[in-house]
This record gives sequence, C-alpha cells and structure tokens, in this order.
Amino acid sequence: MSTLWSIFESTLRVSTPLIFAALGGMLSERSGVINIALEGMMLVGAFTAAAIAYYTGSAEWGLLAATGAGMVFATIYAVFVIYLRSNQIVAGTAMNLLAMGLIPFVNKILFDSTGATPNLPLSARFQSVPLWMVLGMTLTLIGVLSFWMNRTRSGIWVRFAGENPEALDTQGISVIRVRTFAVICSGALAAWGGASLSIWLASSFSRNMTAGRGFIALAALIFGKWKPIPAALACLFFGLTEALQIRLQGVILWGTQPVPVQFIQILPYVVTMVVLAGWVGQSRAPKALGLPFDKA
Amino acid sequence: MREILRSILAVAVGIGLGLLVTMAAGENPLHVGSVLLKSAFGSSYDLGMTLFYASPLIFTGLSVATAFKAGLFNIGAEGQLAVGALAAACVGILFPNLPSPIGPILGTLAAFFAGACWGAIPGWLRAYRGSHEVINTIMMNFVAAGLCSWVTLYWIRNTNTQNPESLSVGQGYLLAHFRTWFGDAPVSSALVFAVLCAGAVYWFFSKTVYGFELRTVGESESVAKTAGIPVKRARVLAMALSGGLAGLVGVVEVLGNSGKFKIDFSPGYGFIGIAVALLARSHPMGVVVAALLFGALHKGTADLDLETERVTRDVSAILQALVILAVSAQPTWSFIKRKKKSSTLKGVQT
Repeated sequence: MSTLWSIFESTLRVSTPLIFAALGGMLSERSGVINIALEGMMLVGAFTAAAIAYYTGSAEWGLLAATGAGMVFATIYAVFVIYLRSNQIVAGTAMNLLAMGLIPFVNKILFDSTGATPNLPLSARFQSVPLWMVLGMTLTLIGVLSFWMNRTRSGIWVRFAGENPEALDTQGISVIRVRTFAVICSGALAAWGGASLSIWLASSFSRNMTAGRGFIALAALIFGKWKPIPAALACLFFGLTEALQIRLQGVILWGTQPVPVQFIQILPYVVTMVVLAGWVGQSRAPKALGLPFDKA
Repeated sequence: MREILRSILAVAVGIGLGLLVTMAAGENPLHVGSVLLKSAFGSSYDLGMTLFYASPLIFTGLSVATAFKAGLFNIGAEGQLAVGALAAACVGILFPNLPSPIGPILGTLAAFFAGACWGAIPGWLRAYRGSHEVINTIMMNFVAAGLCSWVTLYWIRNTNTQNPESLSVGQGYLLAHFRTWFGDAPVSSALVFAVLCAGAVYWFFSKTVYGFELRTVGESESVAKTAGIPVKRARVLAMALSGGLAGLVGVVEVLGNSGKFKIDFSPGYGFIGIAVALLARSHPMGVVVAALLFGALHKGTADLDLETERVTRDVSAILQALVILAVSAQPTWSFIKRKKKSSTLKGVQT
C-alpha cells in the first residue's frame, strides 16, 4: 500500500512541470502558433529560477525572475514566428538550441562553470512547500485557463486566432497581438514548469535538466486534444511512466537480471508514439495552427 | 542568386550577433572571431578537423533536405545517425575478418539500412496513422539513445575501458584516410563519399521519377493526388531515404574515424543538419557548402575553451541558433516585393 502511495505521490510531483509546460503550450497552439520551443522555455525558466534564487536567497524571487525570463525568451520566439514569419518548427528548434547554448554561456559568467548552478540552501527553494499546495495551485490554474478559454471574450479571441483568424480580423481584433500575447504567456507558464524542476523538485539547476520534458509536454498536449483538462490528465499519465521508471530501476521483475534501465527510460517516448498513432485520430488541431497570418 | 545572397546575409547577421553576445562575457568580439578563424583554418590539422566535422554534416544536411523536399520535417536525424553508426559497428564486430572492399561496403549498407528503418517508422506513422512526424522523430531520438546505449553496454561493450564504447571493428573495415595530409586529423574517404552522395541526391531529385514524385508531394499534396502519385508511399520513401542518409554518418564515425561505437559520439550533428539544410535551401550542392561552414564553426568554437578566458564551446550552439533564426526570418520588405505567400521552405506545410 505504501508503495502504491509513494508511486502516486511521485507521479503528482513529476507531473507538475509537465502540466505547467503543457498548459503553456496549449495557449500558444490554440492561438495558432506551434510551440516546439517549450523545451527551451522550460530550460530558461529552470536556470533563471535557480540562479536568481541563489543570489537573492529567496525562492519567490527565483520564480518571479523565471517568469520574466520565460516571457522575454518567448517574446524573441514570437517576434520571429509572428512578425518575421519564420517557419514555426524551424524557429522553435533554433530557440531550443539557443537555450542550450546561452545557459552554459551565462552560467560560465556567473558561476565559472558550464554545468550546474551552486546548490541552493533550503530557504532558497520551495522544497518545504507541501505537495497539496502545489497541487491546489495547478488545479486552480487549470480551472482558470479552462474558464478563460471557454467563457470569456479574450479567451475566445485566442481560440479564434487559431481556428479562423480572418474572422477575428474582420471583428477588428488584431490577430497578431492576440498571438503575441498567447505566446508570451506560454513562455511564462513553461518557465514555471522549468522552475518547479530546479527549485522545487531539485536543489539546483543542472545541465540540460529538462531532458526532453518540453517535448513530452507537447506530446501530452496533442494527446489531450489541445484542451486543458485532458492535457493535464495526459501529463499525469506520462508522469506515471516517469515515476514508475524511477521506481523500477534495479528491480527484478523476471529472471535474474534487473530490467535494463534503458528500457525504462525509453518507455514514456514509446508510449507517446503508440498513443499518438492510435488515439489521436479523433483529435483535431486548431485549423490555422502553423500558418502565419497576413493582413491582406 | 537572390536566395544565395539571402543565405550569405543571414550567416553574416547570425555570426555577427553571436559574436556580439560574447561581449556580455567581457570578451572582445573581434578577438573571438579571430580565434574562430584561426582554429578552423589556421593549420593543416585545423583544416582537417573542419573537413572531418563537415563530413557527417553533409549527410545530416542531405537527410533533412530530402525530407524538406517531400514536405516533411525530419528532426530525427540525431537518432537515425546513432542507429546507423551502431549498425555499422555491430556488423564490424560480428564479422571482424572480412577483407577491405567487402567489409566497408557491408558496414555502409548496414548503416544506411538501419537509419532508413528508423526514419521509415515516423514516415509510416505519418502516412498511415496521421500522427505528426515532428513529434514522432523527436520521440525516436530518445528511443534511439536508449536502445544504442543498451546494445552497447549489454552486448558489444569493450570491457577493457571505462569509456562507454563498443569493441573495435575488424581492421578490414577501416576506410582509406588522408591523415598524413592533415596533420593526423581523421579525414577519411568518407568525405569523398559524402560529396558523391550529395551528387546522387541531386540526381535523384532532378532525374528520377521517384524524386519527381517526392518533390510533387512536397509542393502540393492535392496536385500529387490528382496526378495519381501514391502520396503515402512517397512519404514513407522520403523518410526512409532521409533516415538512411543520416545513418551514413556511421560510415564517417565508425568506419572512417574511431572504428567503434561510442555512446553520445555525436555533438548534435542531426540538429546542425537542420541548419545546414535550411541554409542550403535544400539544394544538395548547397548542403556541401553549408556543411563546410558549420564544420568550420564547430571546429572554431571547440578551441574557445582554451583560447579565451570566459567563453566556451557552447557559443557554437548560440551561433547555430542565431544563423537558423536569421535564415528563417522573412522580413516584410522582401515579402511585399515578392508577394509570395509560402514559408521559407518550399514544400513544407505545417
């Protein structure tokens, strides 16, 4: 029983960064902008949070700085894909590369190392924050986003920017502004996901800490049909595979050898592919996803 | 001509911005620039290393370009090149006594075939299951990394060393090399092979029916359907070819350089391949030139750790990212002038 409970608890923990990132991805994608750059945004958030928390000694400042850094990083992405009409997948890949290059570069300047940030004291991280509080925050966020997207005027603008931008434009609403806003918010949320990794689940930033979680979040978003609650559930599911992976390391399931750790590591990725191939058939991407908007 | 000018301008802007960024670390950008140049071309050894890094980039660039032409995104070259290299190493370890012409040919075929299979899976998933190849190729990268590390550590590990690497392939597998010309830099005939492959890809797309079908599918799916081209089959073929080309990086690394499979041997060749293909606007001959440029950048930045106080080889990723962004940007003035609605990459529909 206690094993089950601990798997459940660690599932909730490791799902949190995924949920934040997936919700961020949702904002951007529902507005019509593909967000491969989630990984880079998370990485920027994770690093900034740890670095600023180290200097200020306060986790709150770390989180705030991560939010800002995520928004700045997302603004660069928005400028390229919305204003300069770069292909979104290409620019997203470039943003991920940029994060992977800039972070060691800045880390070297600040801490004379290209690897990790110094360890944070307990007071400079959120480790003492109980799980239920984070959970409450996540649920509130999901609720707020759900309500906003479905019931408010500006939420519907975002959806129209992704489904039928021309119609939105005829109403005199700037598609470009709506999309820019959505992408910048997306950066803030993804950065929270990253920050939760470095100053909540761990006690410092380590090189390439996100390790593909941005992509997993993206997969969860697609699996969850671009909707907040299903996407969060998909994140829980992927979180479960991650929790099991940690749990199963070194465990002998059959025969005499433990399950090779590599198989457990690739599990979430294989599951993602199987799931996308089988079930996503009914889910439909926003109609204008990936298309730049030209005002005639 | 215009395209070439735009590419050159983008490279200049990207590298210029990247060098400016190093000012933040208190370095003189001119100094960093001169270190880059010297370390990429300064001696015959440096030139050799630039050529050595360019060889796998030609393959990954061709790989990404092939997918682009068929309207597909292959972000999975990194995984495909890993399984390709692993396959080449496995063949060389399983049959160590094969003589020279047979061994390398077998190894090359294995590398191509393994990469092709790895690429065909997301191709098939896209064509027949409708799941997007971008997500699937990303996932396949992670799966490839896990699988390669498992095979290497559990089956073909060289137990005499602490390094996570495989046993060595038979002597007959190693390619002819030009080390003596380049101060012992590992330039091998794989470079020549890479350039020949670029020619072959060019020929494939301009002179064969299959190549024409792939390009048509890339330009417009509906036109391809009307013309009776089997769109699904073309997509699988394109991804298989793309994966196979990436797999050939194994020839450069295993048969041309180390003679074994080292876990994580690739410093992101697959991702740099995206930049190479973009810069070359998917033209196979352009890929060779762009690969040389990125090879030079890679070699140049490798020496930053030693030659400068505060910046490291990580600047390489910054430069690559800025070049990609600069190439992909379509400022409005050119847009208005040309009244063109398509994206940078002809054919890619996202």
